[in-house]
Amino acid sequence: MDFSLLFSHFPELTITGLAYGAIYALIALGYTLVYGVLRLINFAHSEVFMYGAFAAVWVLMALGGGKASGLGIAGYLLIAFLSAMTVSALIALLLERVAYRPLRKRNSPPLIALISAIGASFALSEAMGLRDKPFKWFGQENAFQDYVGRPREASPFPLKIDVVRLFSIGNYQVSNIDLIVLGAAIVMMIVLDQFVNRSRLGRGIRAVAQDPEAAALMGVNRDRVIRLTFVLGGAMAGAAAVMYLLKVGQVRYNSGFLLGVKAFTAAVLGGIGNLRGALLGGFILGVAENYGQAVFGGEWRDVVAFTLLVVILLFRPTGLLGESLGKARA
Amino acid sequence: MNQVRSFLGGVADRFRALPRWAKIVFAVALTVFVYLLPIINPPFITTQDSDFGAVLFLCALYALVAIGLNIVIGYAGLLDLGYIGFFAIGAYTVGVLGSQHAKLPLLLCIPLAMVVTLISGVILGAPTLRVRGDYLAIVTLGFGEIVRLILVNADGLTNGSRGISSIPSPPSVELFSIPKLEWNGLVATLNLDNTSTAFKFSVTDSVPYYWLALTFVLIVLFLDWRMQNSRVGRAWEATREDEDAAELMGVPTFRFKLLAFATGAAIGGLSGALFATKQQFINPDNFTILYSVLFVAMVVVGGQGNRWGVIVAAALLTWAPEKFRFLADARFLLFGILLMVLAIFRPQGLIPPRRTVRAKHADEQAPDTIDAEGVARA
Amino acid sequence: MRSVFKIGVPMVAAALALSACGGTSGGDNNAGGSGSGGKACDLKIGFFGALTGDAANLGINIKNGAELAVNQYNEKNANCKVTLTSFDSQGDPAIAPGLAQKAVTDKKLIGIVGPAFSGESKAADPIFDSAGLNTISASATNPALADNGWKTFHRVLGNDATQGPAAAKYIKDVLKAQKVFVSDDTSEYGKGLSDIVKKDLGSLVAGTDQTAADGKQDDFSATVTKAKASGATVFFYGGYYSNAGKLVKQLKDGGFTGTFVAADGVKDDGFIKGAGAASEGSILTCPCLPPDKAPEFAEAYKKAYNTDPATYSAEAYDAANVFLDAIAAGKTDWKDVTEFIKTYDKQGVTKKIKFDDKGEPAEVSVWAYKVQDGKIVPDQEIK
Repeated sequence: MDFSLLFSHFPELTITGLAYGAIYALIALGYTLVYGVLRLINFAHSEVFMYGAFAAVWVLMALGGGKASGLGIAGYLLIAFLSAMTVSALIALLLERVAYRPLRKRNSPPLIALISAIGASFALSEAMGLRDKPFKWFGQENAFQDYVGRPREASPFPLKIDVVRLFSIGNYQVSNIDLIVLGAAIVMMIVLDQFVNRSRLGRGIRAVAQDPEAAALMGVNRDRVIRLTFVLGGAMAGAAAVMYLLKVGQVRYNSGFLLGVKAFTAAVLGGIGNLRGALLGGFILGVAENYGQAVFGGEWRDVVAFTLLVVILLFRPTGLLGESLGKARA
Repeated sequence: MNQVRSFLGGVADRFRALPRWAKIVFAVALTVFVYLLPIINPPFITTQDSDFGAVLFLCALYALVAIGLNIVIGYAGLLDLGYIGFFAIGAYTVGVLGSQHAKLPLLLCIPLAMVVTLISGVILGAPTLRVRGDYLAIVTLGFGEIVRLILVNADGLTNGSRGISSIPSPPSVELFSIPKLEWNGLVATLNLDNTSTAFKFSVTDSVPYYWLALTFVLIVLFLDWRMQNSRVGRAWEATREDEDAAELMGVPTFRFKLLAFATGAAIGGLSGALFATKQQFINPDNFTILYSVLFVAMVVVGGQGNRWGVIVAAALLTWAPEKFRFLADARFLLFGILLMVLAIFRPQGLIPPRRTVRAKHADEQAPDTIDAEGVARA
Repeated sequence: MRSVFKIGVPMVAAALALSACGGTSGGDNNAGGSGSGGKACDLKIGFFGALTGDAANLGINIKNGAELAVNQYNEKNANCKVTLTSFDSQGDPAIAPGLAQKAVTDKKLIGIVGPAFSGESKAADPIFDSAGLNTISASATNPALADNGWKTFHRVLGNDATQGPAAAKYIKDVLKAQKVFVSDDTSEYGKGLSDIVKKDLGSLVAGTDQTAADGKQDDFSATVTKAKASGATVFFYGGYYSNAGKLVKQLKDGGFTGTFVAADGVKDDGFIKGAGAASEGSILTCPCLPPDKAPEFAEAYKKAYNTDPATYSAEAYDAANVFLDAIAAGKTDWKDVTEFIKTYDKQGVTKKIKFDDKGEPAEVSVWAYKVQDGKIVPDQEIK
């Protein structure tokens, strides 16, 4: 144990932790939304994230994002966000249609939905790992080499953003990437929060979360609300995917699994079903991992994260902010 | 699907209608057949690319795991996503005491492994079982990861990622050799060169290990049956169905949940110990989250709460990826799709417990016939 | 179903009765058949490693290298082809023994290229050893593997104990670093290497940290902070390229200006592809000769698989060629193959292929490579 680094580099560890925590938080929102409405752990949400990341990579590759400079970068970044969010939302919708709706119609026990989700997660991630196969059948793998070559390897994010140090907090110079990631995350979160709390559709989500039967009696279309939550969660995961690409620079067919586990941890930490809880959980987890690594060493990073979760659940059994998508606090 | 269901139900009904002696004869014949599976090498069932005995050993081992996890998930209704942690602790107890730091004989290591996992089950369960439902899932998932990371990082105790080798095998008692059958279409030949010796535990022959694991499966099955039909089993069922109601009726639910958790852990530890002795080498990579997920899949696919169901599912889900090796890298894609299809078309699992079947009948039939049916079955 | 059983059961019983007496001779035939003729055909070479699962990328590299060697052999010997069979262990030591037990029942199998990783090697090699089937690993670098007395164990690459000191030497003598940050991925390979480097560098080590196993960590910001705080000018990483690519990008983005040094697990295009410009100037050590010593291999590989040779591909090519030469020399009995390998001495793509009595390569030269203009180019031999 060594606390000197934690004290000497506190601002740096905090800011980089918050930036990565923002990614956890955005993905955690997807878990929490679906859990709030369906009481279901959407185990395959991690793959929703992964497909969004690939979508961003491929769209930028197709549009020649690698050569962008100056203001062009901002434009391409916007395109990356839009394409990742769209594709993630579509994958989430597909997941709901194929893996969950048939179960819901049959009133299946809740655990079986988890199995379906695990199956969907396997299938989606393996399909990405085998994406060269269909091209091989048609003899096209050379034409699409950049997209499907070595499908089990990482694909890099084509957009090159030079790191610029903007201003310093303590002894850490905050970079443009930190700002983009944190800024975009906060914008997304505010939009989602306002949408769920203020709009008519958002009221539908809260109503179904609170009491599905009563909501149905009041004329809320439950299926539509469920689809909406999947779309919203997917879009958030898509946004997270672009931030992930900015920070990490590459994505692989199995990148989602680990991040999904962490994001789910974040959601539970804050109180699953609670939107602001997911945000809080994500940020806390990101920062705690950095502090933990600084003090105990990188090999104990995940141990610190999970121990923190256990300790918090012992004292607050429903997470930091409690389960309350249904309550107006959202 | 409905035909399959009614066919399975029909078989079960007919079995139940048999006289007692016929049931015993049938059960004994089935047991002998299962023991002799690696000798018979049945065509269509045997595996081509992997040794059939080794595959059967893993099937029996994971069946044991599934029986243990079924107590936790199926009987007590606790979603445990970190079961691999207990499996790992069991395996490492044998590794550390049998090879790394002491040279205890295996027959002493196995009960020690069970005791250690039982204790760790209580230590983990005591604080966390107060957390309900899905929260427990993530806590246990974290526990499984923590165990693995400690195995990696506690170099002095576990030898880190280098793992532990030369784990002791069970003492060999060489009694007789059995030649294996080889099939060419539907014609069998007896290959006198390819034999298994009972009970010679060597690296090249997995069959004796299969017999050992299968014996443990039968013993644990018997204990499991006694336990479920006792006061304990009824307390678990009450806790699972409605915890508050059970508590009000005087069932100390927390203590029974802890009992289920610890019993499950001990069986997990036993399986881990068997794994370690068969493998003779273990390292932390054997114990990743993915296994916990697979174990849960076995229990749920089999039909949570039905011991026969989870055994069948464990064996199937272990055997299928080996059998269908020719599908190469598409296997896991298909495995994922299969899980989804099963979930959608067979939500109660392959062989749901009788209670679920009864409940379903009750839903489908008019109220007056339920009573008759319920009484008749009880 | 029932009718099939009625006919099937007596048939099977009759067949059993008939064949029980002939069983022994049948077995003998099998063994004798493969041992005799110098021109035995439809022989096989096995690849043993992960083709699916998390470690599939490395496994595919190895398999491709071996496959290329087999295909080239078959072009020359079209009338008597050798096939490459794959034993996909998924890198999982639990699955490996079953595959190994099956492999040793196949007398047509001349040798195994693999097992790929040290973990599965420890689980499967005792089986190969007791059956006598020879293995040549193209990637398992754990020094202890050679100390088990396995007669059938060989590998065509230097173990961590040869590469670690070379990396330390390069850091000291060429980079002339005064402060070095040493990190690894807690894997057997990575930690083994970094422990040796730490020991050799001694007081030059300014700081250490570990990351999660390869592909199990995405965010390295705390490691970056630590490295910067240590004031090191060289960052050594013991691990594989998937983590290394992410790590080096985050180091550069985070403001670390020193040189990134890693070993052969990172010497892969995937490293450069993943890290992009951040990988520029990185130093990679490898106990293998530069490709310009064997340009035909790199060209042929590129032609066949549309990518440059990746980590361990060349080693696998060499390993497969040892077995193919054994087949060409008419050595098809496992014992003969063991003898053949013992006396083998030929220039391969990665090094001079010759084994000592423990199965280690007799001569290992470690080279330093540099990432320059997005390509891995040889820098110098570390002597």
